[in-house]
Amino acid sequence: MPDSVLRFERVTVSFDGNPAIEDVSFDIPAGESRIVLGAAASGKSVLLKTAIGLLRPDHGRVFLFGQDITGLKVRELSDLRARIGMLFQESALFDSLTIEENVAYPLENQRSIRCPAEEVHARVEESLRFVELEHTLEKFPSELSGGMRRRVGIARANVTEPDVVLYDSPTAGLDPITANNIMALIVKERDVRKATTVMVTQRFQDGQIMTKYRYDPRSQSLERASGNGASIAGIRFLVMKEGRLVFEGAEEELEKSTDPYISKFVLRH
Amino acid sequence: MLDIFKSPVLSIQEFFLLAGRTFRSVPRRPHYLNDIFLQMDTIGVGSLPIVLLTGFFSGIVMALQMSKALRTYGAVSQTGPIVAIVLVREMGPVLTAIVVAGRNASGIASELGSMKVTEQIDAMRALGTDPIQKLVKPRLIATCLMLPCLTAIADFVGICGGYLIAYFLLSLTTSEYWNGAYRALDYVDMTEGLVKPFIFAIVISLVGCFYGLRTSGGTQGVGRATTQAVVVASVWIFVLTAFIAKIFIAL
Ligand SMILES: Nc1ncnc2c1ncn2[C@@H]1O[C@H](COP(=O)(O)OP(=O)(O)OP(=O)(O)O)[C@@H](O)[C@H]1O
Ligand SMILES: [Mg+2]
Repeated sequence: MPDSVLRFERVTVSFDGNPAIEDVSFDIPAGESRIVLGAAASGKSVLLKTAIGLLRPDHGRVFLFGQDITGLKVRELSDLRARIGMLFQESALFDSLTIEENVAYPLENQRSIRCPAEEVHARVEESLRFVELEHTLEKFPSELSGGMRRRVGIARANVTEPDVVLYDSPTAGLDPITANNIMALIVKERDVRKATTVMVTQRFQDGQIMTKYRYDPRSQSLERASGNGASIAGIRFLVMKEGRLVFEGAEEELEKSTDPYISKFVLRH
Repeated sequence: MLDIFKSPVLSIQEFFLLAGRTFRSVPRRPHYLNDIFLQMDTIGVGSLPIVLLTGFFSGIVMALQMSKALRTYGAVSQTGPIVAIVLVREMGPVLTAIVVAGRNASGIASELGSMKVTEQIDAMRALGTDPIQKLVKPRLIATCLMLPCLTAIADFVGICGGYLIAYFLLSLTTSEYWNGAYRALDYVDMTEGLVKPFIFAIVISLVGCFYGLRTSGGTQGVGRATTQAVVVASVWIFVLTAFIAKIFIAL
C-alpha cells in the first residue's frame, strides 16, 4: 500500500457548536488526486483548512504524511505545511506586498525550505512564467484582475514545489476561457511535478479536465489522457453535503449515481 | 443570567492569552526588524504632527486655566511648576496615548481585520509564519518604543506652550517660569511620566491587534473591530492612569 498523504478520521469541526464538517473520513494515498464537489456552505473550504491545521477538529484526527497533526506544536506543523501548497478561495495575496514578494514569501519564510537568497528571484520568476504573469513582478495585487490574482495564487502555492497542492475553488466566478486556462495550469502543475492535487470546485467540468487530460511536455498543452475517454486512475471525486461526505468514488460511479443531490453536480450531455 | 457575563469574560481571557503569547514571542526569533521599523515610522513619525499640536495646546490651556485659579491666591508665579507637573505626570501621557489610540489602535485593528477577513492571516500561517511574530510583536515593540518618545515631546512642547502664556499674558520672566518648572519635577514624576506611556503602548497595540485578529463578518466586521479597538483602548487608558497615579502618589 502506498503511503498516505492526507487522511481524515471521523473529523468534526464546529463553529459555536454548529458543525461545519461532521464525521468526515477519507484517505489520499501518495500520487493520487481528489476533486471535492459540494454546494455553497457544505464545508469544502473548512475541509481544506482543517487539512493543513488552520482549523482544529473538535473530534477525530487528521494525518498529514502519516503524522497526526491534531496535537502538533506550531513549529512542527509549519514544517509539515512547507510540503503543502495552498490556493485560498479569494487568493489571499498579501496586499501590502508586490507580486514578486508575494510569490517569494513561502521561499523566504518557511524554515524548512532554506532557499538561498540569491536563488529566490529566479525561482519566483520561473514560477510566475509558469502562469504567464512574469511581467507583473513589480505590481501590487490590487492592480490585477481576479483571474490574474488566482494565477499568482497558483504560482505562490507551487513555488516551493510542494508534494501536495490544495486548490480552493480555483475557477469560481471566472469566465469559461480563464477558468479553462486555470484548469490547464493546475493539470500542468500536477503532471510536471507529479504533485498530489486536491481541488475544491463547484464545476463538474473542472473535475473532468482533471480526470480526462494530461499535460504533454512536447506539445506544451493538454492532451486527452486516452483515446476512449476513460479517466486517469487514482483521481476520485468527493461530494460534500451540509458538512458530510456523501460520496467518494471515480467519475464513472459519480455519473451513475441516482442520488438527486449528487447527480445535480454531474453534467448531462 | 450568567450568560451576560460569559462573552466578556471569554474575551478578556482570550485577550490575556494573546498578550501572553506575544510577550513570550518577544525574545524569540525571527524578529522581522523591517516590520518593526515600518511600524515605528507609521506610529511614531506619523503621529508626530498631531501629538505636537495636542501637546502644545494642552500646555496653553493649562497655563490659562491655572493662572486664573492661582491669581485668587496671589500665586501666579507658580504657573510653571503646576503646568510642568500636571503635564508630565498626567496630561502628556494620557492625551498622547488617546491621540495615538485614535490613530493607531484603529489603524492596527483595521489593517489586521482586513487581513483576517480576506484570509491573509490564514495564508500567512499556511506559508510558515506565525501572525503573532510577524504582525503583533512588531506593533507591540514599535508602540512601546515610540509612545514614550512622543509623550516626552508632547510634554516639552506643552511646557513651551505654557511658557508663551506665562511670558506674554501673565508677565512672568523666562527664568521664573523655566526654573520653577525644572525644579518642580523630580525623579518620581519623570518615572511616572515614562511608565505610563509604556503601559499605554502595550494596551494600544495589543487591543488593536486583538480586535483586528478576531474580526469576522466581512468589511462590516472590520468597521466594528476598528471602533471597538479605539473605545476599549481609550477606556483602559483612563482606568489605568488612575491606578498608576494612585500607586505613584503613595510613593
Ligand atoms: N470562520 C468561520 N466562523 C464561523 N463559521 C464558519 C467559519 N468558516 C466557515 N463557517 C461555516 O461553516 C460552513 C461551511 O463553510 P465553508 O466555507 O467550508 O463552505 P464552502 O463549502 O467552502 O462554501 P463555498 O462554496 O461558498 O465556498 C458554513 O456554514 C459557514 O458559515
Ligand atoms: Mg469555500
